[in-house]
Amino acid sequence: MNRLKWPLIVILLAALLLLPQLPWSSNKTLTILIQLFIVAALASSWNILAGYAGQVNLGHAAFFGLGSLITRLLWLNDYPFILSFLAGGAVATIFALIVGAPALRLRGIYFAIGTLALAQALHLTVGNILPGNSALPGPKLAGYDLVPRYYLALGLLIVIVVTSVWLIHSRLGLGMLAVREDEAAAQSIGVNVFRHKLTAFVISAFFAGLTGSVFAYFHVSYYYQFTFTPIWTFDAVLVTFIGGIGAITGPLAGAIFFVLVRDVLATNLTNFHLIIFGLLFILVVLILPGGLLELWDRVTRLGKTTPPQPSTEAAAEMKGGGEMV
Amino acid sequence: MVETIAQNLISGVLVGALYGLAALGLSLVFGVLKILNVAHGELIMIGGYAAFWIFNLYGIDPFLALALVMPLLFAAGWLLHIGLFRTLVQFDEEQRIKNSLLIGFGLTLVLQSLAIQFWTADERSITTAYATMSLSFLGLRLPVIRLAGLVIALIAVVGLELFLNRTYWGKAIRATAENWQTAALSGINVQNTYLLTFSLGAALAGVAGTLISVGFSVSPAIGLQWTLKALIVIVLAGLGSMIGTFLGGILLGVTESLSAYFFGGQYRELVGLIIFLIVLSARPQGLFGGRQSE
Repeated sequence: MNRLKWPLIVILLAALLLLPQLPWSSNKTLTILIQLFIVAALASSWNILAGYAGQVNLGHAAFFGLGSLITRLLWLNDYPFILSFLAGGAVATIFALIVGAPALRLRGIYFAIGTLALAQALHLTVGNILPGNSALPGPKLAGYDLVPRYYLALGLLIVIVVTSVWLIHSRLGLGMLAVREDEAAAQSIGVNVFRHKLTAFVISAFFAGLTGSVFAYFHVSYYYQFTFTPIWTFDAVLVTFIGGIGAITGPLAGAIFFVLVRDVLATNLTNFHLIIFGLLFILVVLILPGGLLELWDRVTRLGKTTPPQPSTEAAAEMKGGGEMV
Repeated sequence: MVETIAQNLISGVLVGALYGLAALGLSLVFGVLKILNVAHGELIMIGGYAAFWIFNLYGIDPFLALALVMPLLFAAGWLLHIGLFRTLVQFDEEQRIKNSLLIGFGLTLVLQSLAIQFWTADERSITTAYATMSLSFLGLRLPVIRLAGLVIALIAVVGLELFLNRTYWGKAIRATAENWQTAALSGINVQNTYLLTFSLGAALAGVAGTLISVGFSVSPAIGLQWTLKALIVIVLAGLGSMIGTFLGGILLGVTESLSAYFFGGQYRELVGLIIFLIVLSARPQGLFGGRQSE
């Protein structure tokens, strides 16, 4: 499997990069893929804080919303797009730095409901100040093309995944994992718990903000407050858990599953996908903490190694490996 | 001026009684089981729909329908506890709370989507014959329905307090909340106590939902909003005292009402959240009551 991994990744990347150039790639395909990249990017950014550092942030939509809001406002006021795009990420980062210190003093569940309330407060405020709709003006609409949106979304997703891979193998990332497993133990071996949490929080917010910026670039018309609604947090949580929390490929697998089910099923039965995701989510929490990845792992192992049972050591190693990549 | 403020105060108290009632079930379950059921708002929503359909299909007055809605939600809570939440009891407290939050979150999505599937996303409310009647008192207007809501909420609080203090099962619940090991040693069936508490919490959500469908409106999406309100009330009031929770609700209602008067209606919701965040950051550790038994 490991020897097959790199060629597979290269082929997949090449296919994704070439796809818009192919004659049969329709706008529909591109739209679905852009939505997939946005969901995957948002979930991967959430996973950095929740999966690695163990802090369940239920206010992720605040950062996604801030990124989209700033980018949209600047871009529609004719600032260069790249500047508007980066400004979205920067503002989300600054906001994370400001609220990070008080928020991360809260532990476990209090952090979760505190961030939820914070995001709701921001959502209401934006709704009060900017109640209206944001539609692209004529000239921008005339020049609208899906291809650059596609590459931007794909590029951001790749950057987030590469950052995650780097993080997980770095001293910083190992510190985060230590914090996730046991804060007191991490502290006692010299890991600065608060600083690791804050770093994860800020990286996570930065990428969530940039994902929001991609959304602002991609969508023709939406209400300003729409990107602040808790739906975005919930999608990220669902996708990450169903795919496999704490693993880099977890949010990616979850996002593919999510978009497939949503866009295949939701066309006939609105909202039906949420029933499936909700039930799956509960199942994952109760009996399958590794999500779809763990399921895959179990199924493939079932087929392969029937006669000699894997030793406990090997099983432990496999489990550890599955958690990382 | 004085009269307007007084009128605002009164409507704040009347709304706040509902907030307190909404928080009552959540607080009870959290205090005893150490389970934070974020789907509490969805149970309220289902209670509201139950009352709505009982009124619309059979013409039963919503206040009488409480006698049906409460057992219905009690049974729903019973099933939810056996099916989902009971498995959490084996975990230590931190893990239990975290997993209950996640399960509640999944449940939120399922219940909300099912409600949309069955009953559409429309807002519904019960319009009784006496919907627009109101009493006048010193020039102040007291809507009959909201007043009845206050009375029902008061009955629920006092009834619950009496139940907890005077009956065997009530004392079992309090003992289990205090220290479940000691409770088990003194012969209390802790598992059944948990089951009873969770079902009772759901039944209280049913009462709140019924009152909401009469005085306000229900739609599949109201759950999160009511869960947040209940959480704010619990943060304000702490755990442990049902009457305290109820007064916390009234405090929130009055604060909201006055801030709507002074700053404008759109800031009504925001004020509660901001108070919540301030209290949370001032007391990051012992948020829910100061009582730490371990």
